[in-house]
Amino acid sequence: MEKFNKLTAVAAPMPLVNIDTDMIIPKQYLKTIQRKGLGKNLFAEMRYNDDGTEVEDFVLNQPAYRNAEILVAGDNFGCGSSREHAPWALLDFGVRCVISTSFADIFHNNCFRNGILPIEVSPEDLSKLMEDAERGANATISIDLEAQEIRGPDGGVIHFEIDHFNKHCLLTGLDEIGLTMKKEDKVAEYEETRKMQQPWL
Amino acid sequence: MGTPRTLYDKIWDSHVVDQLEDEAYILYIDRHLVHEVTSPQAFEGLRVAGRKVRRPDATFAVADHNVPTKDIEKGITDPESKLQVDTLEANTAEFGIPYFSMTDDRRGIVHIIGPEQGLTLPGMTIVCGDSHTSTHGAFGSLAHGIGTSEVEHVLATQTLVQEKAKNMRVTVSGDLPPGVTAKDIALAIIGKIGTAGGTGHVIEYAGDAIRALSMEGRMTLCNMTIEAGARAGLIAPDETTFEYIKGRPYAPKAGTYEQAVAYWKTLNSDEGAYFDTEVELDASELIPYVTWGTSPEDALPITGSVPAPSDFADEGKRGAAERALKYMGLTAGMKLSDIEVDHVFIGSCTNGRIEDLRAVAKIVEGKKVKDTVNAIIVPGSGLVKIQAEDEGLDKIFEAAGFEWRQPGCSMCLAMNPDKLAPGDRCASTSNRNFEGRQGQGGRTHLVSPAMAAAAAVTGHLTDVRDLG
Ligand code: SF4
Repeated sequence: MEKFNKLTAVAAPMPLVNIDTDMIIPKQYLKTIQRKGLGKNLFAEMRYNDDGTEVEDFVLNQPAYRNAEILVAGDNFGCGSSREHAPWALLDFGVRCVISTSFADIFHNNCFRNGILPIEVSPEDLSKLMEDAERGANATISIDLEAQEIRGPDGGVIHFEIDHFNKHCLLTGLDEIGLTMKKEDKVAEYEETRKMQQPWL
Repeated sequence: MGTPRTLYDKIWDSHVVDQLEDEAYILYIDRHLVHEVTSPQAFEGLRVAGRKVRRPDATFAVADHNVPTKDIEKGITDPESKLQVDTLEANTAEFGIPYFSMTDDRRGIVHIIGPEQGLTLPGMTIVCGDSHTSTHGAFGSLAHGIGTSEVEHVLATQTLVQEKAKNMRVTVSGDLPPGVTAKDIALAIIGKIGTAGGTGHVIEYAGDAIRALSMEGRMTLCNMTIEAGARAGLIAPDETTFEYIKGRPYAPKAGTYEQAVAYWKTLNSDEGAYFDTEVELDASELIPYVTWGTSPEDALPITGSVPAPSDFADEGKRGAAERALKYMGLTAGMKLSDIEVDHVFIGSCTNGRIEDLRAVAKIVEGKKVKDTVNAIIVPGSGLVKIQAEDEGLDKIFEAAGFEWRQPGCSMCLAMNPDKLAPGDRCASTSNRNFEGRQGQGGRTHLVSPAMAAAAAVTGHLTDVRDLG
């Protein structure tokens, strides 16, 4: 997994609330057996017309936002299906950070497993950042994960919270499975005890 | 006696293997269900790293999302769908994981066959790369959806790195009036707390109305918990639960069964246990629900009208309502019961069980599906199909003009040949009315099986209580 530390990039505004994972990556693209290549299908049904041409006023089709690496989005981002194809598609498009007032739990977890930083901010801070993002390519936003800070184009700083474990995983690009496998003894010990207590399992 | 604990606390405590750091724990997973859509990249990850599946015996796989519900004997024609299902079959063979093939009578939607086979038991931790894993919480097991990276983590280690969620209790008191079902309770709750209302929580359902529900009804309710934003829903196991489990193929056998029941009886929230959030609902006041928009929280009693964007105080919600009305092709103020449908879909892991099909048969027996409506019924599993046919339900459905299909996810998410065309409007017993969920441009109204049956007969959303 790619590490995340600092990022300065254009942020695309998506004020819609309840952006679900079916919107982020529609089901017809879930038939892949790979992780890569989903970026072109990100937000497909909002982004393309039926004939495959681009929907002009969709935010990521506008010249200012084609290279956006940050999304500033409405409440409850990533709700619905558990599909990890959603963060894979975001990542493949180039998005490394999503800012919202809240995230659905499974999506939130999936982001951390893929080097994407989901940041939760207050409704006031979100409207400020939404305004910043609406200014387009000239208004980049900077994220500093170590310091837990978002810096707006006018220099204003917003502090954000993140739990230690997820922060550590992102900063180091940790292989979580490898980490757990080091605890093999404990898992085996747990299994032994359980076999005695609940033999039906 | 220590501090009183909730049911969630108890299951959590009994599965902690180790604490990694502050809030992060290694949690042991008792049962891992696997399907074709969210697992290929996980198996690939194992292969690349040279890792094995730690407990194939605690893992179980079936293909459901891509499986056609017609002429299954002829196989899958869509090459991508076929590749995904073939990949699952190859992966389960390579890693030694039990698997029900596409022609096995016991196959079906993963969340239907888990309980049906006795793979789902009280007090277990259960995961699957699918958000509706919350269904299994109906048995008092901690069950939730995970992403594909987590699927790989569980395959390799039989554990998951987790942070503990908060406790929420939803108490539903009183008796459900006739014509009102578990699905209506679910929609009423989501309408009340919103699709983000349960975020960060595990919801325990309690109260007389919940105790009175069958296992099927409890599964419907827990299934929809994810639509309220909570990863898992829980119902403390009781005699109804034990009765359901007894004798199922993977359930504990005589001898250990009694021992298991004795343990299961300890699985309930202690008196005085702390809940971060409490929600209360009076079942006796409920009316059948329908959704009008593109989020499950857009739920209203059938006696209501389509709201206007200006009815919402929040700016984001106003925008979402405007967009939803446009997508759904509805005008504010129109009566919900005036909305005409051209499709009816009965099935899915929410409402594809035998009790759901019986409820439909009761409504449609001796009646006809309106000629403007295309109506399909898709049993949740091969065994549900056989049971329904033994009871003669298929005859009632076909006589009424329904199509009777083979099991699968079907039109719940249109990854298989069953889908809506742009502009089609469907009364559906599934769980999500998101844009494009049942087919690009398709319009979904979520309802209970009885309400779907009523809509099939009249051709519009209908209060099932008015149908003689
Ligand atoms: S029936 Fe629908 S919600 Fe359930 S597992 Fe299948 S696609 Fe998912």
